[in-house]
Amino acid sequence: MAKLKSTLPNMLLSLTIICGGAGAILAGVNDYTTAPIAAAKAAALETAIKEVTPPFDNNPTKESYKAATAEGDSLLIYPAKKDGKLIGVAVESNTQKGFSGEIKVIVGFDADGKLFNYSVLQHAETPGLGAKMQEWFRMNKNKQSVLGRSLSDGNLQVSKDGGDVDAITAATISSRAFLDAVNRAYSAYAGTKEWDGTSGATTDSANQEEISQTETEKEGGNHE
Amino acid sequence: MSNMKVLTNGIIKENPTLVLLLGMCPTLGTTSSAMNGLAMGLATSFVLICSNIAISALKNLIPDQVRIPGYIVVIAAFVTVVQMCMEAFVPALYASLGLFIPLIVVNCIVLGRAEAYAAKNGIVASAFDGLGMGLGFTFALTILGTIREMFGTGKFFGFSFMPEEFGSLIFVLAPGAFIVLGYLIAVVNKLRKV
Repeated sequence: MAKLKSTLPNMLLSLTIICGGAGAILAGVNDYTTAPIAAAKAAALETAIKEVTPPFDNNPTKESYKAATAEGDSLLIYPAKKDGKLIGVAVESNTQKGFSGEIKVIVGFDADGKLFNYSVLQHAETPGLGAKMQEWFRMNKNKQSVLGRSLSDGNLQVSKDGGDVDAITAATISSRAFLDAVNRAYSAYAGTKEWDGTSGATTDSANQEEISQTETEKEGGNHE
Repeated sequence: MSNMKVLTNGIIKENPTLVLLLGMCPTLGTTSSAMNGLAMGLATSFVLICSNIAISALKNLIPDQVRIPGYIVVIAAFVTVVQMCMEAFVPALYASLGLFIPLIVVNCIVLGRAEAYAAKNGIVASAFDGLGMGLGFTFALTILGTIREMFGTGKFFGFSFMPEEFGSLIFVLAPGAFIVLGYLIAVVNKLRKV
């Protein structure tokens, strides 16, 4: 077949056919991958919730609700319940204060409002510096760990800003951003403390044991 | 030129990264670890092979004056396929390569080979050219990522062989990419002259 001449009808026809073909292929692939993508996202979210809350037996994603933060926007909260009792929440939080772009974290609090665990869902921080936050704030070294801390008497801040959390070495901005996301999570959670009066989860003896455990852990971490 | 020669041409003699110096953005941006370099190389290879085949097959159907938009649409379609498949089946890798996958569309290597080779040669030869160039790109990115990861974090494909404290952070950051790339190009130039 000879090469098509560059006349207007030829060009229009050729580009239209190519675009149509490409569109058809993409529609097919999109159709085929929509379900796996959604499944992968749901699975990632579920693993993250499991990681940051005490063991639960309900379906937190189904019972999730939105809660307003002190700054006026709202965050998604996933309640974790066992035998119908609220034993903790996972809050999907974010911050725009990162060194490069948005940071998304999921922060878990136990029924007493203490930070149970966290997981970084998405970030674009510098590899080797800010990107260490996934492990850094969990390490039981000096004042690095935020696990087991209570935010009820004030927001968490890095030592440089007068707080008592050690920032990641050479990544103070990323550390500030991370703590900002955690603080936002707490403020959303504190605004909807539905368990204070009604659920009575804090009087659960098993829970109390867990809390005192995290407290000792925290103290051990602080004195080392 | 036999198909075998076309293949090795892309890997050594005209290595897209180390000799032609094409596609520097993903080369420098994604090679902070060996795994990322390898994945980026393979994703680009896939796009290169598919687009070379498609463009070679369509070359008589595309009038000269609209060939660039035509090629770009074909390339972009394949890149989007790769992106969707990665998001669906390897979400962890997709999260770490993120922004660089859509950028394969504007990778000079892909458009360059479409224009310089696939538009003038048969389907089979173009497929081999895409494969060779893709392997050359993958090879360069993996080496670069391996060296940066080893010096930067003391790991080899994620396996730690020395404490991270001995690593030098500069190799993980952008300046380290330039330094390693410079030395690699010097070594390849020396080897080519022997």
